[in-house]
Amino acid sequence: MIEPWQDPLMQRAFLEVLLLGIAGGALGCWVIQYELSYSAESLAHAILPGLVLSALTGLPLLLGGAAGLLVAALAVALAGRVPEIGRDTAVAVVVTGMLGLGVLLALSPESPPRLQDLLFGDVLGVSDTDLALAGALVVGALLALYLLHARLLAVGFDRLTAPALGVRPVVVDAALLVLLAVVLLVAVQGLGNLLVISILIAPATAARMVGRRMAPMMVGSAAVAVVGGIAGLYVSYHAETAAGASITAALVVLALGATGLRAVLRVTLSRPRSI
Amino acid sequence: MSAPLLAVHGVSAGYRPVPAPPVLADLDFAVDAGRRVAVLGPNGGGKTTLFRILLGDLAPREGTVDVGRTAVVPQTERSRLDFPVSALDVALMGAISRLPWWRRPGRAERAQAREALVAVGLGDHVDRTFGDLSGGQRQRVLVARALVQDAPVILLDEPFSGLDSASTALLEDVLTALVGEGRTLLIATHDVEQARRWDDLVLCLNQRQVAFGGPSLLTREVLEQTYGSEIVDIDCAEHGHERAVLPPHHCDHDHR
Repeated sequence: MIEPWQDPLMQRAFLEVLLLGIAGGALGCWVIQYELSYSAESLAHAILPGLVLSALTGLPLLLGGAAGLLVAALAVALAGRVPEIGRDTAVAVVVTGMLGLGVLLALSPESPPRLQDLLFGDVLGVSDTDLALAGALVVGALLALYLLHARLLAVGFDRLTAPALGVRPVVVDAALLVLLAVVLLVAVQGLGNLLVISILIAPATAARMVGRRMAPMMVGSAAVAVVGGIAGLYVSYHAETAAGASITAALVVLALGATGLRAVLRVTLSRPRSI
Repeated sequence: MSAPLLAVHGVSAGYRPVPAPPVLADLDFAVDAGRRVAVLGPNGGGKTTLFRILLGDLAPREGTVDVGRTAVVPQTERSRLDFPVSALDVALMGAISRLPWWRRPGRAERAQAREALVAVGLGDHVDRTFGDLSGGQRQRVLVARALVQDAPVILLDEPFSGLDSASTALLEDVLTALVGEGRTLLIATHDVEQARRWDDLVLCLNQRQVAFGGPSLLTREVLEQTYGSEIVDIDCAEHGHERAVLPPHHCDHDHR
């Protein structure tokens, strides 16, 4: 049972999953409540060209990913200003273009030999530096979520009335997107470009199925993310499957389980509404 | 003689593009503390625009507005009923405007929010999910949020819309108590009879200020100017008077 955790690679992977689970789980609840799941997935895909360029040039992946995000955000903002295109189409066009560019770069003769690490992550290959950086960013993200909590609630509850309460929705939205970008940048190194979204959405979906308040949902979501991450690593070790994909599979199973539990609870504990 | 709590002089306002005509003009009224103003007018008549001006959300093109801290009680349908917040969470939102950006509402603010919920008769519903409350209870939670904002002027956007008679009576009691505390309420409503019964002030709008004063000015002529030719005569003998002149959608409401 404890054999896998005696391996230094698995120990570092465990710490990475712990950090990503806490930050991704907590932030994912806001991503779902603000209906930003599609935006989160789009941002994750937009990182790919930057990651490939980093791998080609030997720069830190974090730097390349951040540059990719910046370019994608600017492109979406510019394309969204064209009335005939619209924001939704602009996001789709830009993200598809960025993903295509990333694949094109990755398939070039000079591409790094382990492209799949960028697409599917390499949680077993994280270094001590990666862990330290992830730790610092996760602490920062959690502190920001703590301070923003009341304002995030006010905007999410009633965006139109929030200014009358002294809260500017555009500032809160921007802060949430910055946090999302930070967590994606950190998590993409462990879980990869295609699977990173799972650590945000699946645990939060599970928590939403059984939670009634944001704070407990955030705690529950983080717990689900950590448990799913550990379960995925465990399965990966014994079944010799890809770690990132195993973690994603475990998270999705937990989300489906919570959805089923919710359905059962709804049938058995349905309460009449007061009038 | 003390200055009025709310003074609006020569105000007109509109939306972009600026050359477009104003959507609300000729506003000129003043209200003292502890008054209840029924704001009457058709849909699109300027009630929401007036509230946006008083909240500082829309700058007037002309005229001056002199008003202190103002809170708004929106229609509950504008809130997300599936959002995971309790009645206490919603009331607590009223404290945000008084706190610096780096401070979360703390113990003192939570105590104040609980007191506000008790004041609106929801002391036993503090931990209930907002979306699980009835329409009248939700409206009172939003009133509690305005109380936590501690604003002397409270704007209420059709607070009785969709409420049954019992819920309306409860909410009216709460609002009467607020007026008794010296707060000034501006209540957007379509219910002319209710405005008469309050026996305080009425402000009639139809893209301009049609009338402002006591309920005795609610004559057929004023109502025709306010609601156009859509007003109807209905038999109200059961309510103590033979006929009333009302906007057409009033017929769909309970007489309260």
